[in-house]
Amino acid sequence: MGIDKKTVEGVAHLARIELEPKELEKLSHQLEHILAFIDKLSVLNTDNVPPTSHILPLNNVLRKDETKPSLSIEKTLANAPAKQGNFFVVPKVIE
Amino acid sequence: MELYKLTAHELLEKLKNKEITAEEISSSLAKRIEDVDVEVKAYVRTPEKWGQKRGQSPEKGDSPLFFETKGIPVSIKDNICTDGYSTECCSKILEGFKPPYNATVINKINEAGHSFLGLKCNMDEFAFGSSTENSCFGPTRNPWNLESVPGGSSGGSAAAVAGDEAIWALGSDTGGSIRQPASFCGVVGLKPTYGRVSRYGLIAFASSLDQIGPLTKDARDSALLMNIISGFDPLDSTSINIPVPDYTKDLINDAKGLKIGIPKEYFVEGLDPEVKSIVEEAIDKLKGLGAQFKEVSLPHTEYAVPVYYIIATAEASSNLARFDGVQYGLRAKTQGLIDMYKKTRQLGFGDEAKRRIILGTFALSHGYYDAYYLRALKVRTLIKQDFDNVFKDFDCIVTPTSPTAAFKIGDKVDDPLKMYLSDIYTISVNLAGIPAISIPCGFTKKGLPVGLQILSRHFNESALFRLAYTYEQNTEWHKMKPKL
Repeated sequence: MGIDKKTVEGVAHLARIELEPKELEKLSHQLEHILAFIDKLSVLNTDNVPPTSHILPLNNVLRKDETKPSLSIEKTLANAPAKQGNFFVVPKVIE
Repeated sequence: MELYKLTAHELLEKLKNKEITAEEISSSLAKRIEDVDVEVKAYVRTPEKWGQKRGQSPEKGDSPLFFETKGIPVSIKDNICTDGYSTECCSKILEGFKPPYNATVINKINEAGHSFLGLKCNMDEFAFGSSTENSCFGPTRNPWNLESVPGGSSGGSAAAVAGDEAIWALGSDTGGSIRQPASFCGVVGLKPTYGRVSRYGLIAFASSLDQIGPLTKDARDSALLMNIISGFDPLDSTSINIPVPDYTKDLINDAKGLKIGIPKEYFVEGLDPEVKSIVEEAIDKLKGLGAQFKEVSLPHTEYAVPVYYIIATAEASSNLARFDGVQYGLRAKTQGLIDMYKKTRQLGFGDEAKRRIILGTFALSHGYYDAYYLRALKVRTLIKQDFDNVFKDFDCIVTPTSPTAAFKIGDKVDDPLKMYLSDIYTISVNLAGIPAISIPCGFTKKGLPVGLQILSRHFNESALFRLAYTYEQNTEWHKMKPKL
């Protein structure tokens, strides 16, 4: 399975990354190369192999539902590129 | 006395005997950093007190004042959160980010009577790389040869320890990012078992693979730092609640009875002949010390790199979604919200970050998920089973850490696939979640260090320390210092 420029453009949009035409060109070429290498996995028969998404036999990790101190609003907003009162400011979402 | 040259355990002894003070240690280090970091560039920023701009390395004549340190100061990779001190993953997108809390490992270091040095170590942006060239601050240079890379992604931490600009340091390892730079710089680097050390406050790259671990001048310091940072943390649901042994008790100069496997798939084409012969000499040395060696097979080794570059990029694409210009870091000036995300991420991420996010998003996207991501998870099972089979009969596996010694700066930057293949011997360990250590085992004719990698089963760091310590006690490689 390959990847073409149009696919890369679509995926970049999903990943919310703007690409210059030159960047798109170079990236498409590199990804094609990398995916060709990755395709060697297709020779293995994995029909009866279970997937490993996590290496340790962990089940749901639960804790008591208790109120604990959390970060202050001041600290939470300290790194904000734009803020107003107790809020993060973002560009207008609804026209 | 030049205190910066000493190991942490030597300095601890002197502190205990009241021969020296903590201030003397930090001022000795400050002087050393002033003298050599102009060349090495292991650190990305100087303490706030030096009043320098972001990313500038210290210049000769700058004030050597650090903020007050306690005990033996630890140098920290730029992706581990330090409360109130810049933590930027060497990425433009995190410009100016000062975490509102400490990573658990930083709190543990403080509780043990030590402190963060006050300087962050250089790294590949978001730990994406094997050479520390993908840093928005520019590359770190290898103290053994300033034209060569220090390895990566924890290249700053490794170079700082090798160049005596750090007593000890922390890095992170997702596919070899502690062990490969340790190998390139001639220091000891340990990737703990997945779940041994809390990842809370480590800015995530691939959550199922990441571990924090020590880079040190010898095995004893590695054991001491592991004693401090290991253990269950309620803030990391993947940390494991089992007791942590005292790793210094495993520093036994005796390899008798240890059964060690040598995987034939690691000694094939692509392994530099000089590295091969140095590693074989190290194996002979260990044989002479009583360890029993036998050839073993890890049949799915060749699939580790492709599996890794699906799983790691898929997880990264999800983890890095949080860098969107809303809560912290860079924000591009645009009109709409989607445009703000897209432009911010275009300006903020470097080439390798974009490449990995897009590759990972592709592997997870509709129509490709089964062929790439799901298949990679299944092959991960096969790779893990390879190790399970060998560890039924063997205590450890020994391999080269990297197929070559340090390569030249610029050599692989334009060929991502070539760069990915430099991690061919370290990646399987992360996929299987097992612990591994890299220790210095010799030098090439050009004077570049070579590392020996030792692997063991889950939570058996003890075997790594015993073998590493035995080798160290009977060799001098770990005592060699670069001329700076």
